[in-house]
Amino acid sequence: MKSHFGGKAWVFGDNVDTDQIIPAEYLVTMNSAELAKHAFVKVMPEFPVNVKEGDVIVAGRNFGCGSSREHAPRALMGAGVSCVIAESFARIFFRNAINIGLPVIEATLEVDQGDDIEVDVSKGVVRNDSSGKETTFASYPPFVMMLMEKGGLVPYTKERLGCTRSE
Amino acid sequence: MAKTMAEKILSAKARKDVRAGEIVEAEVDYVMVNDITAPAAFDEFEGFCTPPLEKKMVLIPDHYVPNKDVASAIQAKKMRDFASKYKIRNYFEIGSGGVCHQLMIEKGFVAPGRLIVGADSHTCSYGAMGAFATGIGSTEAATVFARGVLWFKVPESMKFEVNGQLGRHVSGKDIILTIIGDIGVEGALYQSMEVVGDTISALPVSERVTISNMGIEAGAKACIIPPDAKVDDYLKGRVRDTYEKVYADKDAEYSDIRKYDAKDIVPVVAKPFLPSNVAPASEVGVTIDQAYLGSCTNGRIEDLRVAAAILKGKKVHEGVRMIVVPASKDVFDKAMEEGLFKIFSDAGAFISGPTCGACLGGYMGVLAPGERCVSTTNRNFIGRMGHMESEVYLAGPAVVAASAVAGRIVDPSEVTG
Ligand code: SF4
Repeated sequence: MKSHFGGKAWVFGDNVDTDQIIPAEYLVTMNSAELAKHAFVKVMPEFPVNVKEGDVIVAGRNFGCGSSREHAPRALMGAGVSCVIAESFARIFFRNAINIGLPVIEATLEVDQGDDIEVDVSKGVVRNDSSGKETTFASYPPFVMMLMEKGGLVPYTKERLGCTRSE
Repeated sequence: MAKTMAEKILSAKARKDVRAGEIVEAEVDYVMVNDITAPAAFDEFEGFCTPPLEKKMVLIPDHYVPNKDVASAIQAKKMRDFASKYKIRNYFEIGSGGVCHQLMIEKGFVAPGRLIVGADSHTCSYGAMGAFATGIGSTEAATVFARGVLWFKVPESMKFEVNGQLGRHVSGKDIILTIIGDIGVEGALYQSMEVVGDTISALPVSERVTISNMGIEAGAKACIIPPDAKVDDYLKGRVRDTYEKVYADKDAEYSDIRKYDAKDIVPVVAKPFLPSNVAPASEVGVTIDQAYLGSCTNGRIEDLRVAAAILKGKKVHEGVRMIVVPASKDVFDKAMEEGLFKIFSDAGAFISGPTCGACLGGYMGVLAPGERCVSTTNRNFIGRMGHMESEVYLAGPAVVAASAVAGRIVDPSEVTG
């Protein structure tokens, strides 16, 4: 897992549900790049067009509520999003993100659309380069940190099953 | 150490004493996937060097079946092929199946004390039978196919006590919508809800499922109701294996305890675009274009009976399309036997075989811009049942049936007199 990354902020409000992140009619593929074309298409049509590698989603409370669709974090990963920072997350989204290796951080930021954001996971700091403000966040519990370091639940499971040697 | 139901079940399944806040790997009894979430789980699974734990797996195509288009046909085929490749017995084809959560309960996979996960957020429905059940992602499901275990953060629990006698036309749906209206869509975030009280004990199992089904709409990880003799009766002849009922200790610790008096609960509606946007049905009054009766929330025979009793001898309003979707083949067959289809059809409703369909804006009942639907489903998010500028109003079967007749959202008593 990279511990330092960043890009432009895409700012959303509270209760962004998975139907907004990726509407149900596009759930016919698991290809991240394909899903990314429709990310936020109903609520922020410019997102899939203008999002750049490394960009950061900054949201309010309960980000990712709604369905269990893993298409949601995958669509964001496919769009190049380097991490999601929200005041709080819906738990299935939070788990899905961690399990597929998309960093998710609980923090409350002061940020405007398009601000430059840098994240340092090892130090637990988010820096808003546009305003100069720094925000700290709590580190993950050890088990979750271990999963993130291994790259998610799949590499961890392969290791536990003893499948990793052949790769 | 006194424990909540969540702490007890997770302790048993992790084979050690655990408390809220701890992270454990616990043994899962069953893992369910549907046609939307299965393909990604299969792809991940194929990367593991082990055969699947067939006995624990349940595969249920329901969201886009009968196949809505070529892409969904490919997904459904992937499921069928995986089931046949690994000889997975618990695969339910259309014609013998239905909406995944209804089937999990009907087919006896769900029982008190079990730990069940499903790659669908409404897996929390099974809490109604005293199980700890929660929604997971596809990748997680794949790892459960392979190892039979999954990591869980043991949640804190909130207790909801409902006592007293419910009024006429008030159902489990009104109870859970009232609770969500009270605590908000993240009111139980990361927590397990325990819903108790004499009102809940008096409810049939079916309405308890409606309550647990919508725990996730308050952000809950699980929504558990203490199991009783009604659950035992329901399980007789259908449950797989043995089970043991689990109860919270008297002095277990809760992060919050809330009490409700049943007589204060009225038929309600959750207005767009959040399930917490709750108002009495009598105060809503907006005209509707569609009325939807079905889903894992309210597509059981008991729900169909409530709606049929209101629709009997009446007509659906000329400006309204009513769609009735029994949640499973069993429900469908019973409704047919009991003559409910005749009532719906005479009233001018459209009846479909079991499917998720329009509940998630998939197909068969999708809304155009500006259209409004009163629905027994569980989500009214922006664009949930179709166009972004369409609206979904959530309600119980009585409100939906009465509103279908009135052409606008009403309290059932306005139609039944
Ligand atoms: S009926 Fe609706 S809520 Fe239930 S599983 Fe199907 S899509 Fe999900």
